[in-house]
Amino acid sequence: MYTFSSKLKTFSLVLMILGALGMGYGFFTAPKTTNDVKEMIHHVDEAHEADTHEATAQISAEEEQSHLEHALHQAQNRPWTAFFVPAFFFLMIAVLVLVFYAIQWAAQAGWSIVLFRVMEGITAYILPGSILLFLFLLASGFHMNHMYAWMAEGTFNPESANYDAIIDGKSWWLNTSGWLIRGFIYLFVYNIFRWMLRKNSIALDENNDISIYKKNFNFAVIFIVIFAIFELFMSFDWLMTLDPHWYSQLYSFYVFSSMIVSGITVIAMVTIYLKHKGFLPFVNDSHIHDLAKYMFGFSIFWAYFFFDQFMLQWYANIPEETAYFMPRLLGSYQPIFIGMIVINFVFPFLILMDSDFKRTPWFVITAGMLILIGHYMDIFQLISPATVGNHWSFGIPEIASLAFFLGLFVFVVFTALTKAPLHAKGNPFMKESEIYHY
Amino acid sequence: MSNKVIQAMYDDDDVLLTAVKQTREENHQIEEVYTPFPVHGLDKAMGLKGTRIAITSFIYGVIGFAFAVWMLNYMMIVDWPQNIGGKPNFSFAENMPAFVPILFELTVFFAAHLMVITFYMRSKIWPFQTASNPDPRTTDDKFVMEVTMDGNEDQLSDFLKQTGAIELKVTEKK
Repeated sequence: MYTFSSKLKTFSLVLMILGALGMGYGFFTAPKTTNDVKEMIHHVDEAHEADTHEATAQISAEEEQSHLEHALHQAQNRPWTAFFVPAFFFLMIAVLVLVFYAIQWAAQAGWSIVLFRVMEGITAYILPGSILLFLFLLASGFHMNHMYAWMAEGTFNPESANYDAIIDGKSWWLNTSGWLIRGFIYLFVYNIFRWMLRKNSIALDENNDISIYKKNFNFAVIFIVIFAIFELFMSFDWLMTLDPHWYSQLYSFYVFSSMIVSGITVIAMVTIYLKHKGFLPFVNDSHIHDLAKYMFGFSIFWAYFFFDQFMLQWYANIPEETAYFMPRLLGSYQPIFIGMIVINFVFPFLILMDSDFKRTPWFVITAGMLILIGHYMDIFQLISPATVGNHWSFGIPEIASLAFFLGLFVFVVFTALTKAPLHAKGNPFMKESEIYHY
Repeated sequence: MSNKVIQAMYDDDDVLLTAVKQTREENHQIEEVYTPFPVHGLDKAMGLKGTRIAITSFIYGVIGFAFAVWMLNYMMIVDWPQNIGGKPNFSFAENMPAFVPILFELTVFFAAHLMVITFYMRSKIWPFQTASNPDPRTTDDKFVMEVTMDGNEDQLSDFLKQTGAIELKVTEKK
């Protein structure tokens, strides 16, 4: 049995408290009125260039007002974006670990059984994670923020000045009530499957009943199919509608590839940590090697999707499509956009290529840290350009929310690991996994 | 020093693997093992050094990548710039996304083909080469372990029979 070390517990609690304070600070200091924004922009302008004043002098007061309102909404979105990015990131890590776990069941894989309890522990985060994310969805649905531009008043009303014919054409799918209901269904189904798979896995330990094994096999197969469909619409609903005019059919797979590589990285890192502490004596080099191979493979998988999506739109050069890449490739998000390609593809590709390096724990940890940082940047650049816009920065609200969710993730996962023996002795493939040797 | 070897034939890969381990424990030298298919773990049991073909593969990949960069730069930027869909054709860096598929393909092409050729050369498989396996049955369902004859022939034969050999043959190695 694993015992949650008090050092790690204190660390996670401190992260959570500091993070919560910083998040509160972020919401508190967000500008409330257009005057605040005016001052803020004035400040920035003075610091940068003076010639923008001449340009602003020529536009009418009404236009300036609408421009200021837009800037206000973006500034108010900043703490919400800071909340949404890590909330989504850590929840999807847990969900994708559940998917990976389900794949192991469905494939009746032999090698990975010793890692089952680690994976189950990580998936424990799905419950608190989905509650927090659903609170965010509710807040967005009830107009407490301006994250989703299509939720603005009058978008679907032909009489309104805000009317948007393109979004109105999608209103059969893109409406707030349907969006909230779908969000609830996705999260509810993930939680149900997590609960059932975990319950049966524990039950298998107590009585070596093969019918439980078969039951879990069936659940896993059903879950994979459901997830494949849900993930498609989940990425559309939560991320792609941030830019409601833009579309890409590859988008869901792109998000999937980004999150599954992070999920597998987290499995590898937690496994190495627990093994280092001596709680997983039955995990050997070959298991780490296999996880590192997955990290390597899925990093390339991600790069493939990233480049596919990018090159087709770059080459076609259709304005409605390239509008998405303007802030990212050429605008203020360029360092993140280019940087994440290097971190997510070039580094893992070179670090994890050699077979021996994949068996060296500190190499896997180094590559894993890079992969997690890179994919956090990835999720940030998926969300932030649409919500915060060009005047983004990575300050107290962003770091604090990351700290909060990291603390919560560590706390929940390692608490869940103490709940059951780390050796899933009831699984019929356990012996095969223990002697697994590459 | 005679070049005499004894060829022990086995009909099961597991038996062969244990035999190889036992033979090495008894300090007999294994010249070669002929198998109809790759036997998992045989290289380690024989004490062979790790393969260096992965390193050559990496080097060939780098060569292929460099070749592709040179080729694309020469063809598309220097020699005959073409206006394709209004894409920038005056600098390599700005036109790079369009080149990525070719960079990738040529890297893979070089790495794969040159690695296979290296493997053939290293294994001495080239045109008009005669087969070096001692018995045609090793291409079907039998395994042959070739052990250097050192000392007593009968003693070694007895030992090999014990390890599960179904057929023994003493021969002079060319």
